[in-house]
Amino acid sequence: MSVPDFSALNAERATPGARVREVHDSFHGDLLEVSMGPHHPSTHGVFRMIVTLDGETIVKLKPVFGYLHRNHEKLGETVTYLGSMPYTDRLDYLSSMTNNWAYALAVEKLAGQAVPERAEYVRVILAELTRLLNHTCLVGFLMQDCGCSGTPLMYAFREREYILDLFESLSGSRMMCNYQRFGGCRVDPSADWLAGAQKLTDRYGTFLDEFETLLTGNEIIMARTQGVGKLSPELAINAGVTGPMLRATGVNYDLRKVDAYGVYPRFDFRVPLGDHGDVYDRYMIRVLEMRESIKILQQALAGLPAGPIMDPKAKLRSFRPKAGEAYGRIEGPKGEIGFYLLSDGSPNPYRYRIRPPSFINLTVLEDMCLGHTVADAVIILGSVDIVLGEVDR
Amino acid sequence: MFKRDPEDGTLSQDVTPPPPSVTETERDELRRQGILLTTLQELYTWGNSHSVWPLNFGLACCAIEMIAASMAKFDIARFGSEVFRPSPRQADLLIVSGTVTKKMAPQVIRLWNQMPEPKYCIAMGACAISGGPFKQGYNVLKGIDRFIPVDIYIPGCPPRPEALLHGLVQLQKKIQGFKLTGPDAPRHFRDDQPCNCPVPEFGEHDLEPPANPAVWTAPPAIVRKD
Repeated sequence: MSVPDFSALNAERATPGARVREVHDSFHGDLLEVSMGPHHPSTHGVFRMIVTLDGETIVKLKPVFGYLHRNHEKLGETVTYLGSMPYTDRLDYLSSMTNNWAYALAVEKLAGQAVPERAEYVRVILAELTRLLNHTCLVGFLMQDCGCSGTPLMYAFREREYILDLFESLSGSRMMCNYQRFGGCRVDPSADWLAGAQKLTDRYGTFLDEFETLLTGNEIIMARTQGVGKLSPELAINAGVTGPMLRATGVNYDLRKVDAYGVYPRFDFRVPLGDHGDVYDRYMIRVLEMRESIKILQQALAGLPAGPIMDPKAKLRSFRPKAGEAYGRIEGPKGEIGFYLLSDGSPNPYRYRIRPPSFINLTVLEDMCLGHTVADAVIILGSVDIVLGEVDR
Repeated sequence: MFKRDPEDGTLSQDVTPPPPSVTETERDELRRQGILLTTLQELYTWGNSHSVWPLNFGLACCAIEMIAASMAKFDIARFGSEVFRPSPRQADLLIVSGTVTKKMAPQVIRLWNQMPEPKYCIAMGACAISGGPFKQGYNVLKGIDRFIPVDIYIPGCPPRPEALLHGLVQLQKKIQGFKLTGPDAPRHFRDDQPCNCPVPEFGEHDLEPPANPAVWTAPPAIVRKD
């Protein structure tokens, strides 16, 4: 399905940023401060926004974090390298497979560990399945925030169950997969599993068609999301925004192309880019990325080589990398997820630092929300795609 | 049938209820004939147990499985609990779905206090029960049962949606066993039991107080013999 051009619709709308400066400078009347969250049905977890309102217009927005600060980084220093793997599942709990991969990549860089080709293919398959899962759920949640109460989310969670069934039969757990290892993957996917993945891949495009028929051309959704929460490419780059948020502003930056990690250079896929950087573009980018993910999945499943799933020289028990530092990053569904590790030669990392994409994408929240209403702030927050486990760590 | 004591305000029964004149077998026989015999207590707990409305409140990873339980495949509506209320004033059930940090704990307890009786609490997942994998962390509360009374504990990290449904069915069974009067009556039928829990403050080092002594006592220390 092609993307319709709605730019004419937005031509007459004023840019929100200009009006906001005006309000900031000239307003001297009474402002109303509203605290949204930490228990708010729309805030995707325990996130709090202190919103200052002029009438209905947001003139200031102060985010308050830390309601789910679970000491990931400190705990990472007290457990072994392998012991941190289950904790990475719980960072961004919608996409545990990509978190695992980013962490395994950082440790592999640190230890100079090679990964067999089959494992690289399996990692790509799982990462793209995770992207499908995450983006589908995100669109469901975003539509929930727009006021489509329930239906798109039900569709999204129906598809999520099919992907989770695959994850469960491979790793033994639905959400917390704990599947990647340093130098490969934990279990070799069976022929049955691959057939199941192939079936899902073949079918997923039909679901996306159905989903898009309901949402993409929907007049209410277009009126609600177009021109809302605009982000300029300059600000996005300066703030370090990555992932679909950045690409919706038109910046061509995808780590799968830039870093060319794993076996991604072997696959033929395109990077969708947006024009306006508004909520609708962020929705559209995700839908188009899912279509590209299906293309990658088809190629990866067709080209999956035989061979070992773990490097035979890989060491899991009493694993002590040499002193040094490494940063491993991949293109997660939400953006650049990276792990920085500093080793002093002991079984535990000396420093374990996470680069959380959704936290850094959230730093531009105030700039996007200024000049809009509270109801718009809810969908702007929804379009950022945050998971609080990763924001607060 | 009931008399309120003017001194301390407690309810007491002035007549002992007669033994049931109809046995279970006779009631079943009558039910087959289309005649339903029941008591007010059974009717009340039956209705109460099949319309437990949860609070739309997610904390962490378990919240995603809580949402999944209410979606297409698992469909919590089969058990009468699909109405997730955004406001605590309209909710019956607090599902503590995820890690409660020390920053979040006062808010969770405040939500519990805002819910009207009768209200129930499910501690979903290892974190809500005991702190789970994050127990060693400096910012994680080691179990929500330190502050509010928990009815059902669901282990798992996170528990599957089926486990949540099982927990809900267990809660329904618990509600169906409630007595309306007497010393076995639940909290909301008794005047001597407080409904609210004190909200702790986020102090300098820890929550103050660190636990609510009315609902939680420290387990005895395990001392090894050798």
